[in-house]
Amino acid sequence: MTANNPSDLSVVSDRLSKKAMRHASERFIEALLFAAAAVSVLTTIGIVYVLVSESVHFFQNVSIIDFLTDSQWTPLFDDAHFGIGVLVSGTLVSSVVALGVAIPMGTIIAIYLSEFAHSNVREIAKPILELLGGIPTIVFGYFALLMVTPLLQMIFPELPGFSLLSAGLVMGIMIVPYIASLSEDAMRAVPMSLREGSYALGSTRLHTALHVVVPAAFSGLAASYILAISRAVGETMILAVAAGMQPNLTWNPMEPAATITSFIVQVALGDLPHGSIGYQTIFAAGLTLILITLMFNILGQWLRRKFRENY
Amino acid sequence: MQATTLTTEQIRALIARGKLKDAIFKGLGIFCLAVALLVIVLLVSDMVIKGSERLTLDFFTNFASRHASKAGILSAWVGSLLVMFVTALAAVPIGVAAGVYLEEYAARNWVTEIIEINITNLAAVPSIVYGLLALGIFVYQFGFGQSILSAGLTLALLILPIIIVSTREAIRAIPAMIREGSMAVGATRWQTCRYHIIPYAMPGILTGVIIGLARAIGETAPIITIGALTFIAFLPPVPYTEISEGVNAGLFDWVMSPFTVMPIQIFNWTSRPDPAFEVNAAAAGFVLMAMVLSMNAIAIYLRYKMRKNIKW
Repeated sequence: MTANNPSDLSVVSDRLSKKAMRHASERFIEALLFAAAAVSVLTTIGIVYVLVSESVHFFQNVSIIDFLTDSQWTPLFDDAHFGIGVLVSGTLVSSVVALGVAIPMGTIIAIYLSEFAHSNVREIAKPILELLGGIPTIVFGYFALLMVTPLLQMIFPELPGFSLLSAGLVMGIMIVPYIASLSEDAMRAVPMSLREGSYALGSTRLHTALHVVVPAAFSGLAASYILAISRAVGETMILAVAAGMQPNLTWNPMEPAATITSFIVQVALGDLPHGSIGYQTIFAAGLTLILITLMFNILGQWLRRKFRENY
Repeated sequence: MQATTLTTEQIRALIARGKLKDAIFKGLGIFCLAVALLVIVLLVSDMVIKGSERLTLDFFTNFASRHASKAGILSAWVGSLLVMFVTALAAVPIGVAAGVYLEEYAARNWVTEIIEINITNLAAVPSIVYGLLALGIFVYQFGFGQSILSAGLTLALLILPIIIVSTREAIRAIPAMIREGSMAVGATRWQTCRYHIIPYAMPGILTGVIIGLARAIGETAPIITIGALTFIAFLPPVPYTEISEGVNAGLFDWVMSPFTVMPIQIFNWTSRPDPAFEVNAAAAGFVLMAMVLSMNAIAIYLRYKMRKNIKW
């Protein structure tokens, strides 16, 4: 090595400075990539900030007690009442109808695909189910209002043109793919040895599926149910189109009613002035919606921890 | 010790009963699948039958109108395309960069964990809440107004988790030897990502992008929430054309223009009492479905092809 030659030294230092440049640009790129990943955190902070700050303004005008206990919801009338219970009832009734369809149907399809169906059937059925999950909700809303409601009216002649029932049923169909796909993944992750053990003891396929596979995959099933609940509670357009948008404190799915989400749409359709009470109301409604989904998510986490199986 | 006293006949009966139950359940499973498929068929055929008479060229080149038979979806499909353009421009670089960071750079510490938990949680946030976020932040705080820009950015945030997750999955499937090989010849971490990891993960990333955009194009609630108009009879200004006397539109003026999109047009038509508009809603619904389903089909095909072709 002739490092004592001055010209060689300059070559070395050149290379070193190049390396320093490279290092700096690497650092810069890493910072950029980190910033992109941080956008998700900023989004969450943004959501919390917007909902809470606007709701604070809202609750300066409306007492929380009224908000929780009033049995009327007429925020845009002169005689304004702000009983969120009215919207919550619509949201819960439509969600219960939807889940009443989606959970049994989704679970049965998942069990069938994972334990009974030939692998060819599964390979074809899963993508088609995914297509069902990809249909825009506004199209489902159209379907609920103009196809399902008239069909239901043949069975129940007294059913009004807008109802939680038809919106809920269609919403249930919309949610089926989420449950079926996630549950099927969870059940397929159950080790084969458990099934073999069960068959070796003389169990039938159904017995094995219901008493061995389903309990073993329960944490995965619970996760899919929680996702389904979040979808149902947060679904907007099907309800805005087919459930009517009249605030109505009811537990009867045969009636029209407004949900939290369809109320937000209704207010947003009118050109709401920034800072008015109507403007703040939708943020208070949004905050309620987020708290409900959060509650279910926490419940889901707890369920998952409780029933987690280890092999 | 009941079991030992069973006769052969009884055991056969037991087995037959078990088999019958199996068969019944299998039938039930097929029935449920059939119902789900029937809904797709009913939905599509209903729209085609009702809407086919309106599916003419005029329907695509006419503006919305008070007369059902003259109304078209020009402003809606142009609006949808422009919003999608902004969405893709914002969501793809950010989503891919975030995915690359989390897979290739991130240290296993609490910052990374917070980001990951965040992404999972964001995927479960109802879409209308994104609309409220955008109303508060983009429309009023940043002053973007009820424009294509606000809508595009809102949908970008909405589909970001989808793109991040699919990017990460695609990157995770690339074996470590690729990175080792690249770094062994002196490439830096970024050069490894830029010339190897990202190109090889491209099909997976593309699948996620298409699924995300298909979701975004059908999304209605957040766009209504930021206050998109439901009746619009003009197009956003084309760059460098005259918008009023002597004034030319700038290159980016369309970004701040009011707009409508396909789902909002359908919503507007379904919520009118006049049944003549139902036909329009059916036709527009069919066009939207065709767009979304073909995008989904491309994504599913890509994924299928990818699984078959790649052997590391």
